[in-house]
Amino acid sequence: MTCKKTYEEINEKIRRGEAVVVTAEEVIDVVAEKGYAKAAQEIDVVTTGTFGPMCSSGVFINFGHSKPRIRMQKVWLNGVEAYGGIAAVDAYLGATQVADNDPENKVYPGRFMYGGGHVIHDLVAGKEIRLEAISYGTDCYPNKKVDTVITLADVNEAFMFNPRNAYQNYNCAVNLGDKNIYTYMGVLKPRLGNAAYSTAGQLSPLFNDPHYRTTGIGTRIFLGGGVGYVAWNGTQHHPNVPRGENGVPMATAGTLSLIGDLKQMDPHWLVGLSYLGYGPTLAVGVGIPIPILDEEMLRYTAVKDEEIFCPVVDYHQGYPYGNHTDLGFVSFKDLKSGKVTINGQEVVTTPQSSYPRARQIAGILKAWIQAGQFELTQPVAALPGADSQIDFKSLPDRQPNGVLSMVRNRR
Amino acid sequence: MKNRVVLYFSAVQSEQPIIYQLIKNTDLIVNILKADINPQKEGYLVVELEGDKPHYEAGIKFLENLGVIVEPLSQTVVWHDELCIQCGACASFCPTQALSIERESMIVSFDNSRCVVCGMCLECCPTLAIKLHFELKEAV
Repeated sequence: MTCKKTYEEINEKIRRGEAVVVTAEEVIDVVAEKGYAKAAQEIDVVTTGTFGPMCSSGVFINFGHSKPRIRMQKVWLNGVEAYGGIAAVDAYLGATQVADNDPENKVYPGRFMYGGGHVIHDLVAGKEIRLEAISYGTDCYPNKKVDTVITLADVNEAFMFNPRNAYQNYNCAVNLGDKNIYTYMGVLKPRLGNAAYSTAGQLSPLFNDPHYRTTGIGTRIFLGGGVGYVAWNGTQHHPNVPRGENGVPMATAGTLSLIGDLKQMDPHWLVGLSYLGYGPTLAVGVGIPIPILDEEMLRYTAVKDEEIFCPVVDYHQGYPYGNHTDLGFVSFKDLKSGKVTINGQEVVTTPQSSYPRARQIAGILKAWIQAGQFELTQPVAALPGADSQIDFKSLPDRQPNGVLSMVRNRR
Repeated sequence: MKNRVVLYFSAVQSEQPIIYQLIKNTDLIVNILKADINPQKEGYLVVELEGDKPHYEAGIKFLENLGVIVEPLSQTVVWHDELCIQCGACASFCPTQALSIERESMIVSFDNSRCVVCGMCLECCPTLAIKLHFELKEAV
């Protein structure tokens, strides 16, 4: 007997409080006990979760107008610059923005105590934030300087808009060099001293929907403790990579661009981070519900850590300079055990993403759905899939002279 | 009994062979885990002291009489549970497994008694959830 369910049928069950919801961990046990077909009939929704550093994140804020008005040309929040090149009192604060007075890597490796991610965390925590802005002054916006204190409650709108989150698979980072290196994957000790990884494995959203069948534009999700949506495919969305038989990519593949109201969010699920020698960033909590439309979806969500593999990449010469050494693949099960074997050498593993918090997010989303507070959405449009012909482009290396004169002569 | 303590020295005390006297007078087994002692400057030692109770107490008294500040190690490295996001990065750097991951749940915990104050975790913790409280007392 084949099992088919529609979004509306599942939502009807959610409204009646009858939907069967399990997390992406729990579904594995259900399948082990009952098999795929029976599990697909019984389960309506599988919830996923991930919580880890996601650098391509940030918030749009509209501060409200000062008196007299200002067209904010440059904007700082607690000394961290936000991008002001949009309308008068709108700005975008990015997670990895370094504070203006930060010593950076002048004393290497820099500690990066406070940056964009920390400001976002403090905003969501309801803390008072110093807002400074300058401008050149216009007839319509005569004010040239603002220096005040705001909170999240004071601003008109604040919404998180993250260009790239929830990477489907990520590199396992190692260091083949002779010295410590300080990366966005943390401290990497020399001569394969450790192996850093950042994914929630069997709980991670896109490992449970490897072909983006139910996750698409408009999908309602858990974002930073509130409700958000998938806005678009993420930047560097590159789905056409080698995949295992289960559809799980063997390299960095799909990504999501996410949006949500910052005022609903919670500082527990948006945490500012300081990566030694790299910079500030933000840990973002994301959870995506997966409707079990049929047995195929159920099979995808039953993926286990031992069926997920990530490529081992050298961050001494390979990643930064493109001089790659083939170091093979490691399974997420082995990464989670604390030790993997790379080049015949036993290497301790360093997680960057929080598995306990990923599990909590999947649990919270499950509770929301069970309580009838959160219904599922059919995507408005699909994300580019594994059969798309997307090129993963690099920056062209060209002589800028001609281009510069073109810009100058444009008027 | 065996205990890990931090000894804070003033600039004058740093010039004295205090550990020699401690061992000679009290017969304690002293294992120095970490030290920052410089001539003419205040400094600290992280030591493990082992001996029977009367000797241990005599040793502590001897140090305190000299004006050395003796603090339990547990008050030196503090793991702020409320700041920790449970990523577990610290555990792979901790040489004594004071910070460790329970692999089934992937939950990180900190066992003070195993800490040797190497400071590795301070570098790799992205939320700065682990704090060292040496600086506060070095001026004594």
